[in-house]
Amino acid sequence: MELRKKQNSLITPDIPDEWFTPRAKDIEQAEKVTRPSLSYWKDAWYRLLKNKLAILGLFFLLFVVFMAIFGPLISQHGLDQKLQDQNLPPSTTYWFGTDGLGRDVFTRTWYGARVSLFVGVAAALIDFIVGVTYGGFSGYKGGKIDNFMMRIIEVLYGLPHLLVVILLMVVMGPGLATIIVALSVTGWIGMARIVRGQVLQIKNYEFVLASKTFGTKTGRIIRKNLLPNTMGPIIVQMTLTVPAAIFAEAFLSFLGLGIQPPFTSWGMMADEGLSSILTGYWWRLFFPAFFISVTMFAFNVLGDGLQDALDPKMRR
Amino acid sequence: MTSYILKRLGAMLVTLWLIVTLTFFLMHSVPGSPFNEERTTNEAIQKNLEAYFHLDEPLYVQYGIYMKSLVTFDFGPSIKRSSDSVNAMLERGFPISFELGFITLVTAIVSGLFLGIIAALRHNGFVDYLAMTIAVLGISIPNFVLATLLIQQLAVTYEIFPAATWQSPMHMVLPTLALATGPMAIIARLTRASMLEVLTQDYIRTAKAKGLSPVKIVFKHALRNAMLPVVTVLGTLAASILTGTFVIEKIFAIPGMGRYFVESISNRDYPVIMGTTVFYSAILIIMLFLVDIAYGLLDPRIKLHKKEGR
Repeated sequence: MELRKKQNSLITPDIPDEWFTPRAKDIEQAEKVTRPSLSYWKDAWYRLLKNKLAILGLFFLLFVVFMAIFGPLISQHGLDQKLQDQNLPPSTTYWFGTDGLGRDVFTRTWYGARVSLFVGVAAALIDFIVGVTYGGFSGYKGGKIDNFMMRIIEVLYGLPHLLVVILLMVVMGPGLATIIVALSVTGWIGMARIVRGQVLQIKNYEFVLASKTFGTKTGRIIRKNLLPNTMGPIIVQMTLTVPAAIFAEAFLSFLGLGIQPPFTSWGMMADEGLSSILTGYWWRLFFPAFFISVTMFAFNVLGDGLQDALDPKMRR
Repeated sequence: MTSYILKRLGAMLVTLWLIVTLTFFLMHSVPGSPFNEERTTNEAIQKNLEAYFHLDEPLYVQYGIYMKSLVTFDFGPSIKRSSDSVNAMLERGFPISFELGFITLVTAIVSGLFLGIIAALRHNGFVDYLAMTIAVLGISIPNFVLATLLIQQLAVTYEIFPAATWQSPMHMVLPTLALATGPMAIIARLTRASMLEVLTQDYIRTAKAKGLSPVKIVFKHALRNAMLPVVTVLGTLAASILTGTFVIEKIFAIPGMGRYFVESISNRDYPVIMGTTVFYSAILIIMLFLVDIAYGLLDPRIKLHKKEGR
């Protein structure tokens, strides 16, 4: 008490000590949270909202998903051929025009969207499951097992991705399931590498050691302690896998090795519309090409935005 | 360094063997034979044909013959184009595909580095936004869409460049442009990101304090470190350019290897499929190998000869 008084008089020599009265303790005030506590995900979400381009991408993707579901219902035409209506330009009856067999391009665009999006999402999901399991296990075990599993990945990584896909398409016969399987055969490697790197780092953190000391089983540690903390890079990787898969599907369909009629996809429509360069039926190429490009664009900017938003280093 | 190279060489050979074996067994598990469609062929001719292509032998014998043909680099005759051999196809197609791929790779690297550097130097300025807009568009637009757009605009409407085939340098402009834009965009983004990081480091400030010219700082001090992430993706970029040539060659009617490859797949022409696949894979795997070595040479922080260094 004496010391305090002395200090006070040193700081404010003119003010008598009596003026200093301790404030009544207010437990409620002390415990009160002045700002809402932001969880990692909420914080990331707010940061994503600030990135206008990424939000634009998100809205566009929601629009494409909505139209892929409801587009064919809105359309006044089915998938049937109307040979009397060949190659009509866009009009009020045929919003996106018609193709060489008199089929409505608007309807086909959204049926194609279903295929393209399905391929992208399915490939990303399979990559997620296989890559996270493999990478998580390898990183968590470490040592010789990790070394061995990484040698396997090194060899697989050298395989030319699209060549393997094409070979598998030859063997399994073209079709939707084949494309997804073929894309997943080598697609999980990138994910496995990312997850392994993250797990290697996090598994030595104190909270994981604490969990181990309590005797938690390996599977539970991976699921409950490690994976939630690697979710950021995993989500970013998935948003970048989807456009890669959509592109690969379009690429294969364009070469005539992808999906087969009567099904269609954006890549196949672009292939069919290719001749329109010379004939001038631009709408047959424009609409599928436009939606492929803008969807890829949207996924890419969303992925970039998520990368910034989910980066713990950017957190304030 | 030597032991590292040997190790990589080993991994490369294993990968190559894997792809060769995979290709062989995948091709032989395909139902149906290349002679199936010709039902009118009488049985003796069919037998003779199968004997000629060793299709009547047990699988392991065929595998042996196949491996021997690979080692001697003789892929045998094509089944569908009876007068043509796989080697002849490769000799005809490969120089053209290689030319296309090589010009594309060089174009992509040079323009990508250029865009990335100026974007980083003018960070958050107009040039930066412009360069990055070009880059994002380049990543988003598939090369076949870009190719058709280019033909439509620059060949059909304005007739500046020829629309197809592969003869003079003028013929090369559009295919190269269509194929190089994607890789260029990836390189530009990577260069920009790593340049931005490198430019804030202390040794750059030291270089500035010494009074070095900006050109020297960028090219001698910053770029060497900023290049590393770019070098790591060169292998995958080469792969995407290589597969990209299939599409570009189809659109521009370029008589390269891609056409034979795609054609052989729909024809089930096994020798051609196997020959081209193995050839493509070998090129790619060698590319990855070279990239790895180059990476080791470029980055002084990686001590390849020491185990702890990696």
